[in-house]
Amino acid sequence: MSFKRKDLLGLAALSSEEMALILEAAESFQEVSGREIKKVPALRGKTVVNLFFEPSTRTRTSFELAAKRLSADVVNFSPSSSSVVKGETLLDTARNIESMQADILVLRHSSAGAAETLARNSRLSVINAGDGWHEHPTQALSDLLTIREKKGQVRDLQVAIVGDLAHSRVARSNIHALTKMGANVRVVGPPTMIPLSLHRLGVTVHHDFDKAISGVDVVLMLRLQLERQGRSLFPSIREYARLYGLTSERMERAAKDVLVMHPGPVNRGVEIAHDVVDGASAVILDQVANGVAVRMGLMYLLSQRN
Amino acid sequence: MTRALNRIAHEILERNKGCHDVGLVGIRTGGVYLAQRLRQLIGRIEQTEVVLGELDITLYRDDLSIRKGQPVLKKTDIPFHISDLKIILVDDVLFTGRTIRAAMDGLMDLGRPAEIQLAVLIDRGHRQLPIRANYVGKNIPTAKDENIQVFLEELGEADRVSKLVNVGDAR
Repeated sequence: MSFKRKDLLGLAALSSEEMALILEAAESFQEVSGREIKKVPALRGKTVVNLFFEPSTRTRTSFELAAKRLSADVVNFSPSSSSVVKGETLLDTARNIESMQADILVLRHSSAGAAETLARNSRLSVINAGDGWHEHPTQALSDLLTIREKKGQVRDLQVAIVGDLAHSRVARSNIHALTKMGANVRVVGPPTMIPLSLHRLGVTVHHDFDKAISGVDVVLMLRLQLERQGRSLFPSIREYARLYGLTSERMERAAKDVLVMHPGPVNRGVEIAHDVVDGASAVILDQVANGVAVRMGLMYLLSQRN
Repeated sequence: MTRALNRIAHEILERNKGCHDVGLVGIRTGGVYLAQRLRQLIGRIEQTEVVLGELDITLYRDDLSIRKGQPVLKKTDIPFHISDLKIILVDDVLFTGRTIRAAMDGLMDLGRPAEIQLAVLIDRGHRQLPIRANYVGKNIPTAKDENIQVFLEELGEADRVSKLVNVGDAR
């Protein structure tokens, strides 16, 4: 089987076979980042454009490194320094990039569906690097690769996703990825942060973290978006940390070899305690390393489509 | 086939005056099995183990952007430093030479070997690049539209080489 898609917009539309294909490609690229010369010529002559309308350091850097390690040329567009401030529409910006003979466009945008709109109206391969509260597929694929690497497989694992599920594209992509790969997913958070219809995605909903953490193999902590604090989703950060923060006491209820994951950036002492972040169970930096490999695998597959 | 490999093993030892600074690198997929066999044979003769690696050349192909369909990507696994070693590339069939060019580029990205030598089971001619093997199991003259296929026990077949006619797309 080969990867036939022009774009990667989200994991909701992807089959488990397609995800497995990306992960396998990523595994082949893990070795490249460990070399002295971290470069292979697979995308020589191709151009990758990073178009980020929201602040991002990790994801943009990760995409940039991935493209450069494949020998592609990379251009970074940021809205503050481009014609976007002059009133150009997203689609026109994309068409201009297309006219400059770019091949892959990596888009981060605050509106859900922005990547899909571009993909439909352009011959560029579009990679969604996060659109609103919708999806962040490459992050979820990195998480999947990390779980597979540490646990051997994803099927039948008990996974808890904890935090603000309502405003998390990482959570949404992870729910699609994990359930399709056969994991059992439970989501945990205060009622104000869990959409009523979330159970339709095939997860169980919990509000009591102490109960929900029992026996889990993987805990995926979401970042508490402190900038949303003003919206009264919870009374105080301290209360949130007490009820939904991951502490080493809480971790004792989980499976012995539990993996602690976090998409970053981490709010130490809020959703996750200091000693847990630095503890042996945390694989947060593996997630980052695997992010580069996943993006390399994805860009390679997209560029091989004929 | 065993006799040909045996002879190649002896030739490798003769040319390199032993095997203390020799590393074998098989080109995926067929070359890997042949490299494993050569290591066994050399081990039997010299009572020592030579290092062995596997190289996937997909990313170094010169037809990546023009080829139809996706070549399957596999892992490169070379668990030793190739710098200052005499690396012997092992492949099953030598044809246009393009695979070997890609393999040499791939190797050079991993370090600076003292030498690169080439061992192939079959040389079928039709070179498109100035590349020649140091060790050849057997020369089999072919027409361009013929194809040579090497079957190996490791792949669930009896060891044999067969010539297929008019298989269409050459490698």
